This record gives sequence, C-alpha cells and structure tokens, in this order.
Amino acid sequence: MSISKKIVDDFVANDVSFITTVPCKQLAGVIDEVEARPEIFHIPSNKEDEGMGLCAGAFMGGKRPAIIMQNTAIGVTINTLATLIQYYRMPLPMLISYRGELREPVACQVEMAVHTKALLNQMNIPTYHFHKESDADELDAILKYTFMCNKPVAILTDASFWGGYGDQ
Amino acid sequence: MIRSEILRDIAPILHDQLVVCNIGLPSQELHMIDDNAKNFYMLGTMGLSSSIGLGLALAQDKTVIAIDGDGSVLTNLGTLPTIANNVADNFILLIIDNGSYGSTGDQPTYAGKKTKLENVAKACGCENVVVCQDVDTGKTLQAAIDSKKMTIIVSKCDSGNIKLPVITMDPVVIRDRFMKAVAS
Repeated sequence: MSISKKIVDDFVANDVSFITTVPCKQLAGVIDEVEARPEIFHIPSNKEDEGMGLCAGAFMGGKRPAIIMQNTAIGVTINTLATLIQYYRMPLPMLISYRGELREPVACQVEMAVHTKALLNQMNIPTYHFHKESDADELDAILKYTFMCNKPVAILTDASFWGGYGDQ
Repeated sequence: MIRSEILRDIAPILHDQLVVCNIGLPSQELHMIDDNAKNFYMLGTMGLSSSIGLGLALAQDKTVIAIDGDGSVLTNLGTLPTIANNVADNFILLIIDNGSYGSTGDQPTYAGKKTKLENVAKACGCENVVVCQDVDTGKTLQAAIDSKKMTIIVSKCDSGNIKLPVITMDPVVIRDRFMKAVAS
C-alpha cells in the first residue's frame, strides 16, 4: 500500500471528511488521494489561513476537518491558530510537508525550516515529526488525540519520509 | 444608513438563521441588537468570516449568512474564488460595504475608491452577485434566502460607528452554544 493511501485511510477511519489543501510537491500524492476519495470533501484553499477558516466552519457544522499544507504556512497562520483555532478550542490535524530538511534542494526552504519547530513549540502545538515511513504508524493515534483534546496538532513530514524530493 | 442601522434593520431576518459575524464592531453591534445562540461572533482573525461561513454551509444543510465588511473581504480576497468554485446554495455572503475600515477608525479602503467588490466577485466566478443600497438590504437578503441559491450581496452604505462595549463572552461558550444551535 502506498504511504499516501495509508495516510488517507487513517483520515477516513477517523471520520475526517472535510480536508482543505494548499499544494506542495511532496504532498502531491496525498492530495491526489484526498481528491479521489468519495468519503472526503476536498476543498483547495488559496492561502492557509483561509483554509483554517473553512475548517473551523466545517467543524462547527459537524464535520471533522483537516488541513494539508507546507511548513511555510506556519508563518502565515500564527494569528489564525491563536485567535480562531486555539481561542475557540477547535481540533485541527495539520499534515505538513517539512520542507528545508535533509535532501532539500531549495535553499530558501531552509529559512522557514529552522523556525518551524520553534514556532510550533512557542504556540504550544503538539508536534509529531515523521522521518521514516514507519513513523506514520502513529497517525491513527495522533488523529484520535487531536479530536480528543480539541487542539491544532502538527504532523511534520520531511523529505526522507516521502522517499526523497522528486528526482533530486 | 451606517452599518449598525442596517444590522438593526435586518435583525428580524437574521434571527432565524445561522449567522457568522465579522470581527470587531459588526459582532459587537449584532451582539447588542439581538444576541442569540445562532450568532457566531468572531473575536479575532480579520477576514475569515466568509471562509468560516462557507465551511459551515458546506458541512450541513441550514442556511448560513456570513456578514463581512469590504475591508475584511479585501484582507482575504482569495475567499471569492473558493466560494465561486465550491457552490453551497445554503450560503449567503453579505458584504456591508461602507468603503472604510470601521473598527479601526474609518480609514478608507480600496473598495471605497476604484475597486468594486461586486466586479471582483463576478470575475472570480460567483454567479449570483447582487448590489443594493443600505435601505434595501433586508428585502435583498430575504430574496436571497428564498432563492436557495448561493448569493453574494454587496450592500452600499455610509461609514460611521456607534460606541458600544466589547464582547466579553468566552469564545468557547460562543462556539459551544452555536454548535448546539447548528445541530438542533
């Protein structure tokens, strides 16, 4: 089974039925899988804070949401995380491509990578880092944890986890 | 009319609907005029009223009215293509367009200058875009509800504010009672 399929299987098994995405090359396979699943309403967003607004609305409408985005989005969404998702105590699994880690070919990506965990830590956001494919075995438990505690939770997935960055 | 007068005018229509209300003075005004569990007051995140409203409309069947301002829509302009391409016929976006950032001291917005949000919405692919004058907001809103078609209303009004206190309700209380109203 592909890792993208396994990830989306875990979302479906946890009744996540509303997923917004902002694309990343590393996440292309999982976004394709989200789009393909009839159990999931996939709504691409133009910016990640907009996506979090969509997720907040869907949650209040009775759906379990999730967002899929790059780690650069942490810089975009600090205010939304603090004053919407955390302030109103809403659950939000965030599947994040952790660009700028080992095997990264684009130097600029490192500039946000070095801030990513610090920012998540500063925000008191529970953070999990998938480096090896077997790390994804915890995704089911992470999703259950997220909807248990009504918090945003970050799942960082680096290039090694995805088996390298494209054809680099 | 200024925004608070429009809200007072349309409050009887809003009363029976799920309302997501923009941050700052609009929420404070709605809270003062007709506080009830079907109102979701935004206490932060300027710009996301339309996004929260769309997500809510897509997730369940009841009519959702997102009250936004011209300044807030400009803050989150990417919302309009998302709305256009994800049609929810139970969703109404009511943009109260007073051409100014009211909550921060009535600084002019670009919507009060060259930019016409109704044209932007149409260019983004929104199909039912209605422009009305402040005094016609109520009947325009009721017609949009009755049409059961996703509608963007741009209500043109004067800038100006009334003095009123901030909302001190706990956000989790606002969210919890709103979710119960959604589910009821």
